[in-house]
Amino acid sequence: MTQPATLPLVESLLDAPLPASGIAWLDAARQESRDAFASTGLPDTRVEAWKYTALRGLAQRRFAHGDATASGRAVDPSLLALPGVEGARLVFVNGVFRADLSTLDALPDGLTLQPLSRVLKDDAEPLRFGWSRSATRAEAHGAADAFARINAASAADGMVLRVAARATIAAPVQLVFIGADGEGELAWHARNLIELGEGASLTLIEQHLGDGGQAQLATFVSDIHVGAGAKLHHVTLQNAASAANLIRHSHLRLQARSEATLHVVELGGALVRHDLQVELLGDGAKLHTRGVFMPHGRQHIDTQLAIRHQALNTASSSNWRGVANDRARGVFRGAIVVAPGADGSDASLSNKNLLLSAGAEIDTKPELEIYADEVQAAHGATVGQLDERSLFYLRSRGIPLAEARALLTAAFCRAMLDDLPNPDLREHLSGLLIAQLPA
Amino acid sequence: MLKIENLHARVEGKEILKGLSLTVNAGEVHAIMGPNGAGKSTLGNVLSGRDGYEVTAGTVSYNGIDLLALEPEARAAAGVFLAFQYPVEIPGVNNTYFLRAALNAQRKQRGEKELDSMAFLKLVREKLKVMQISDELLHRAVNEGFSGGEKKRNEIFQMAVLEPQLAILDETDSGLDIDALKQVAQGVNTLRSPGRAFLMITHYQRLLDYVVPDFVHVLADGRIVESGDKSLALRLEEQGYAGVRHGAVA
Ligand SMILES: Nc1ncnc2c1ncn2[C@@H]1O[C@H](COP(=O)(O)OP(=O)(O)O)[C@@H](O)[C@H]1O
Ligand SMILES: [Mg+2]
Repeated sequence: MTQPATLPLVESLLDAPLPASGIAWLDAARQESRDAFASTGLPDTRVEAWKYTALRGLAQRRFAHGDATASGRAVDPSLLALPGVEGARLVFVNGVFRADLSTLDALPDGLTLQPLSRVLKDDAEPLRFGWSRSATRAEAHGAADAFARINAASAADGMVLRVAARATIAAPVQLVFIGADGEGELAWHARNLIELGEGASLTLIEQHLGDGGQAQLATFVSDIHVGAGAKLHHVTLQNAASAANLIRHSHLRLQARSEATLHVVELGGALVRHDLQVELLGDGAKLHTRGVFMPHGRQHIDTQLAIRHQALNTASSSNWRGVANDRARGVFRGAIVVAPGADGSDASLSNKNLLLSAGAEIDTKPELEIYADEVQAAHGATVGQLDERSLFYLRSRGIPLAEARALLTAAFCRAMLDDLPNPDLREHLSGLLIAQLPA
Repeated sequence: MLKIENLHARVEGKEILKGLSLTVNAGEVHAIMGPNGAGKSTLGNVLSGRDGYEVTAGTVSYNGIDLLALEPEARAAAGVFLAFQYPVEIPGVNNTYFLRAALNAQRKQRGEKELDSMAFLKLVREKLKVMQISDELLHRAVNEGFSGGEKKRNEIFQMAVLEPQLAILDETDSGLDIDALKQVAQGVNTLRSPGRAFLMITHYQRLLDYVVPDFVHVLADGRIVESGDKSLALRLEEQGYAGVRHGAVA
């Protein structure tokens, strides 16, 4: 086996000085995470969770740590506009908080929204428990969570969002990460902490954007806690620049009777990996996920969805679709565990995929483990081409083949946005999906 | 308008049409009847250009051109329309959007000006009145969640909007209750005109009480084995297909 530290990527990430916080527990935690990363290094494809995503190419690259001049970098403000979305907004450029691009004034009652850098400076103590919990989680996964570790060691900014118990935040909160060209190829890291108190409700729109041509590596860890009876709608639009490598961990914990609805659209990036882990911890918690990934060119987009039903009468419904073109590769793993005691739970997962060219590939791996009683579970995955009968139907009405294909492919992806309640946002996202399709 | 001569066609290596000949002139309504598996749907599919149907011999001339040489979309633009025996559901594609895309694609291929949404809507309103279908169906995805009868009526509605020259109706009457059948028949009758021809594939003579055909043909074992007028349909109804004169051509 390769010595981890000899890989250029690992070396360059370890070269980066740890952010100095002056907080003893935090400095110690960061040092610990850094040491753990140094000792386990990167996962190779023998690690089950990385079977279809080889890091060989990425591992040979070196990235400079952070962007010292990010706070002054010019950003096209039109990048930030999102139809149908107007409310609080937090913007980061190359991982650095940008007050000038953010909207934090006049926050509604019950919403606390701050950059992590500021919270760490003002009062870090409340973060302590969550920080160590996510470090412990990364520990349990060994090399598989290498990037979560380097994130825990190096991230100095991100979003801290809290919604007070029973507060309903009507306007969606926008969280934007922009990758921009800097002095050399950059690595940057961001960490988000999101907490909905009991009975609270929030819509969060997370965007990953970029307009640069330089390669980057960005890692994200988001810890999301949905309190009892709370409702979260989380929309993610990943439309990063084509040379950006994005590795994201999202971890959701759902308490009793809470409801989380997730819409994820993966369009951009070079190598993109998203580990999306959801624990249904309280009785009657509900999860609804919809996702579309559309790799083209030589993109590689890997989603690892892991859902754990841990309480009585919990429900999850997941529907994801992939469309791969050119020589691109998509990976989807949907793993559901219904743990002992999660009796009466209901879990369904479907992943359908379309290959638009002979050189494209999608690997899908459904996994279902049930250890509880009276569980309803449905599980299915397919990879294929467009339905011949539908194509003929359209052509028989006069629609040329290429147009018929485009129409059916667009409909295939757009279906994942059907239940998105904000019509302007739905149209906007739908337009982006269609723009990604071959003309 | 349509001249089919000695048509042989294979599906998955199996010969289904075995020397079918048929001539249809503008303004005529031809009924094609025959037992299950005779090749009726195959004929409709071959005429509209579906993949997987291999023509091994024979010719099909449509308004003087070789129909078999055209792609399905070009046949549609040239005025050929197939009402499917089993219309497919297309989730995510809005019915109105689809129909406008289809009409404009045809117009474009014919070198005509495309209709803007105002003009299209006006056309749709007119046709809706004639077809008596609820405009609620228009806002749904193509055939998605439609009842059997709604699907068939949607086919006729599409036909009304696209105004084909040669309409092939493949068992559009099957599975309809009497009211739906009358609506479909009325739709067809409204569209009957000197410039338009119909090929009505049907299993029952019931439809022919409402749409009176000029000719009735019996298709059995891949060939037209008997032709006549409406009385042939009545005879078939009484005697069944067993009494069909094999190989005979009227
Ligand atoms: N796509 C197909 N694949 C395989 N066999 C087919 C296909 N279409 C038709 N056939 C076969 O061709 C024969 C004629 O079918 P069809 O034209 O549908 O008959 P009809 O419409 O007269 O009932 C049947 O034996 C049927 O099984
Ligand atoms: Mg048939």
